[in-house]
Amino acid sequence: MLSNKLVALSMSQKVLLSSKEIHIILHRLACQLLENHLDFKDTVLIGLQPRGIFLAKRLARILKEEYKVPGIKLGLLDITFYRDDFRRGDKPLEASTTHIDFLVEGKNVVLIDDVLYTGRSIRAALTAIQSFGRPQDIELLTLIDRRFSRHLPIQPNYRGRQVDAINEEKVKVMWEENEGKDVVYLVNK
Amino acid sequence: MATLSVKHLLGIKYLDEKDIQLIFETADHFKEVINRSIKKVPSLRDITIANIFFESSTRTKLSFELAEKRLSADVINFSASQSSVKKGETLIDTVNNILSMKVDMVVMRHPNPGAGIFLSKHVKASIINAGDGAHEHPTQALLDSYSIREKLGDVSGKKVVIIGDVLHSRVALSNIFALKLQGAQVKVCGPKTLIPKYIESLGVEIEPNLRKALNWCDVANMLRIQNERMEISYFPTTREYTQQYGINKTILESLDKEIVIMHPGPINRGVEITSDVADSSQSIILHQVENGVAIRMAVIYLLASQIK
Repeated sequence: MLSNKLVALSMSQKVLLSSKEIHIILHRLACQLLENHLDFKDTVLIGLQPRGIFLAKRLARILKEEYKVPGIKLGLLDITFYRDDFRRGDKPLEASTTHIDFLVEGKNVVLIDDVLYTGRSIRAALTAIQSFGRPQDIELLTLIDRRFSRHLPIQPNYRGRQVDAINEEKVKVMWEENEGKDVVYLVNK
Repeated sequence: MATLSVKHLLGIKYLDEKDIQLIFETADHFKEVINRSIKKVPSLRDITIANIFFESSTRTKLSFELAEKRLSADVINFSASQSSVKKGETLIDTVNNILSMKVDMVVMRHPNPGAGIFLSKHVKASIINAGDGAHEHPTQALLDSYSIREKLGDVSGKKVVIIGDVLHSRVALSNIFALKLQGAQVKVCGPKTLIPKYIESLGVEIEPNLRKALNWCDVANMLRIQNERMEISYFPTTREYTQQYGINKTILESLDKEIVIMHPGPINRGVEITSDVADSSQSIILHQVENGVAIRMAVIYLLASQIK
């Protein structure tokens, strides 16, 4: 615990998005989804484990409760077994639960993740989603888009905020459901 | 995430409780994968695995091969009956020849106890023991415990009786280690001649009476009589064995509660277990087979993640 605190003190972090800004952005993203998908009849939302699921669940709730879209289909996708860095990191890759109880065959899939950085997770997700059928099309929604840091030709269709962060910096997204408050930090490692 | 405390899976004896939980949690994810319409993940696409079987096997060999293919590993198979072993090649030479073809992992079944342990000291590759003589069969014990966990929620505190030819059974020994590690109570039941001396030193009790054993337990794991490992006669006739230690619908229905029936296979129907029991809803024999693939995927995945 003590060492954690010391690390926290030695790192400087600044607020990138406040709770209020996140609230506004989430509503904008929901409206943009609504504009393109209208009744969500053939659209499914897929949150990426482990961190994208909070954003996906929040958007699904806003669409359902505030914009009265009935029957939003939400799945949670774990991409661990599809990643391209198996055996390449120091730590083994930890899997999370996949929960998709529908087929994505012929559907419009919206992949949802909190931060888009190198694009490798999304590449893995594009492979992983094929295990559940052949989607009509796939879109990408991210809260934070770290541009200039991509390793692959992947861009989001919907973005919350674009950030120019250098590689030494880390974007930390916190959610009320998990960490007690909505806030996005830019942390100097 | 935690890693396994071992580089090879040679026996349950070398694992700790955390290893078993890690394997089970990983197997949960793979069980979800193998129930998808597309049952394959690309994790191990740069790993090559050799399945080396010096002793016959159907279930275990198929299960390992399927697990490897579901993880996208490259697989080569080798049976001793069609190989240079017959021409006098030693085990180390055989395996080193296979490894020079750039193989990362070896799954081996061998009639001699300790063959995997010996090999792990002499070759550079991750070894998984798929049964070594009457010593250990770790993946079978893992899938047995995993199936109990799935059926009863937990292994800890459960009462398990292992019935039959305990003396010649690697499944029994690995199961005893695994069950004790997870805090289950274990008894063995069978003719005195087929219960090893000193088995009580492993913390298990001997119950010679089948009815008492069944009334005590939550789970009965039935073993086959391994005639191929018997050089002398251990009991008068198969018919007498069946009368004393075989289970049937009548005896199960006379018990106070419904117990779970397991069998590692192959079953000798009508000897240790009757068909009406083997095919009943109390039996989880086919779930054991399904879970075998998920457990082996988990073991292979976790060991492969340590290969540098």
